[in-house]
Amino acid sequence: MTMEPRLRTTDVTLAYDRRVISSDLSVSIPDGSFTVIVGPNACGKSTLLRALSRLLAPSAGEVVLDGKSISSYHTKEAARRIGLLPQSAIAPDGITVADLVGRGRYPHQTLFRQNRVGDDEAVALAMVATGVDDLATRVVDELSGGQRQRVWVAMALAQQTPILLLDEPTTFLDIAHQIELLDLFADLHEAGSTLVAVLHDLNHAARYATHLIAMKDGQVVAEGPPEAVVTAELVEEVFGLPCLVIADPVSGTPLVIPRGARHRA
Amino acid sequence: MTATMRGARGEVIRRPRRALAVTIALAVTALVLAFVALGLGDYPLDPLEVVRAAFASDGSFATTIVLDWRLPRVLVALLFGAALGLSGALFQSLTRNPLGSPDIIGFSTGSYTGALLVITVLGTGYVSTALGALIGGMLTALLVYLLAYRQGMQGFRLIIVGIAVTAMLQSFNIWLLLRSSTEVAMTASIWGAGSLSLVGWPQAWPSLIAFAILFPAALLLTRPLRQLELGDEAARAHGLRVEGSRLVILIVGVALIAVVTATAGPIAFVALAAPQVAKRLTASAGLPLVPAALVGAVLLLVADQLAQHVLPGSVPVGVVTIVVGGAYLIWLLVREAKGRL
Repeated sequence: MTMEPRLRTTDVTLAYDRRVISSDLSVSIPDGSFTVIVGPNACGKSTLLRALSRLLAPSAGEVVLDGKSISSYHTKEAARRIGLLPQSAIAPDGITVADLVGRGRYPHQTLFRQNRVGDDEAVALAMVATGVDDLATRVVDELSGGQRQRVWVAMALAQQTPILLLDEPTTFLDIAHQIELLDLFADLHEAGSTLVAVLHDLNHAARYATHLIAMKDGQVVAEGPPEAVVTAELVEEVFGLPCLVIADPVSGTPLVIPRGARHRA
Repeated sequence: MTATMRGARGEVIRRPRRALAVTIALAVTALVLAFVALGLGDYPLDPLEVVRAAFASDGSFATTIVLDWRLPRVLVALLFGAALGLSGALFQSLTRNPLGSPDIIGFSTGSYTGALLVITVLGTGYVSTALGALIGGMLTALLVYLLAYRQGMQGFRLIIVGIAVTAMLQSFNIWLLLRSSTEVAMTASIWGAGSLSLVGWPQAWPSLIAFAILFPAALLLTRPLRQLELGDEAARAHGLRVEGSRLVILIVGVALIAVVTATAGPIAFVALAAPQVAKRLTASAGLPLVPAALVGAVLLLVADQLAQHVLPGSVPVGVVTIVVGGAYLIWLLVREAKGRL
């Protein structure tokens, strides 16, 4: 317990212009965990992820990476340690899968020193890990939603960072592709990556996370292993939704069964 | 797995191979056209005579014609075309829009305003006109950038603001012309049409020096440009300093078009069309810089030769490009509108 986690925030205030989302927020990401951040819309979970990935500079406090403020890193050095799969990435039209995945190599390249072999290797590994190696020569615009999301994950993997942040990676995918992608993340986690994801589906979060952070109104309400965090009381407190929590018959993890207005006794 | 990986590498290599082939073909085309152009005129020479005239330093009449009279104009047409193509590629990539070209979003018009102010208020010296155009273009770019800036820069906003500023500057330009004497207005109008006919070695040198800095600078921006195409968040996640890179791209792009406009007046269409033509020829993702420059060079050289030798009278090259460009712009607008609806 004496070791500090690689990535944490210390009393950060996160704001867009003057609109404060979170204040005095201290969060630690356990090393080697698959951390999932959950909470209702506008609770500040994506904002926290943006701060962790240095897309948003805190207006007070700091994000600490490996003992140093993340803002003190050269941007490329930080990008060799933390990868991000953003929601807003754009595929240039006509780009091939291999070319797009290769764009993730940017932080490893400099103007005068380019490691072509290392780049090709990283790109090939990332495509194999995400199962898009057969699509390497295809144009990204022509792929299905599920395939495209895998390609974006491959781009983030090609960055070869020990920590990978995922901003709502499963949104807009059908259930089969969601599970497929979450299985992929679980594989990556098992292979040694620290993952931090924002997810909407509590049951998916409870199944796949090793560490869960529940947020409401910009603050952390509870954190810990899913079994400890996902309780009927907590779900009602955080989401304002009465529910029943049972053991998932397949995985044994907590399963949230909502009681909507029509199903309250 | 090896097979697919080989497939992956094969493709990674094959696309640049097409791009490379197209680039070489364009460069050869430009070179051949340049030799043909050097032979065209009232004193026609075939390419062999051109080569002989160029390398025989015997002070013959042919040498004077080729080296002193025709070479600066041909060279300037090639290099200005390349600069316009590069500038267009930089801006269209930055705004992620084929309409986000410096001639559409007001920088040429701003240069013209600068030049007009110098011509109508200070007199008509060549150097001061060029300086006025340079400063006018830069100030317009700064104005458009500041008006469009809101927590970062967004391409579409830049285009809209640019079109609005262009409209205002155009009416200001007309007012300037109306209140000046006929003679001054004539001079200003000729400059404003965009012409290479007054360009000789003395006018060419300053821009050649500027290009020696600006062309390599533009090529160094290739990788940041390719990152910006992915969206700001992805680019930032990859460690790019997004705002800083964008500002540098903007400065180099404006400088390229300002140098051209300062020397030759506003030349429309080349910056707009060259990057899109190059993209289609090379089938590349994003707008390729070197092919865009080469397409621009070929386009402007051909347009200038048409203006000189095919069209009756001496038509400024800007008029040729604007006629061809108008047609292209209509096609582009119709296609864009279809995409949006």
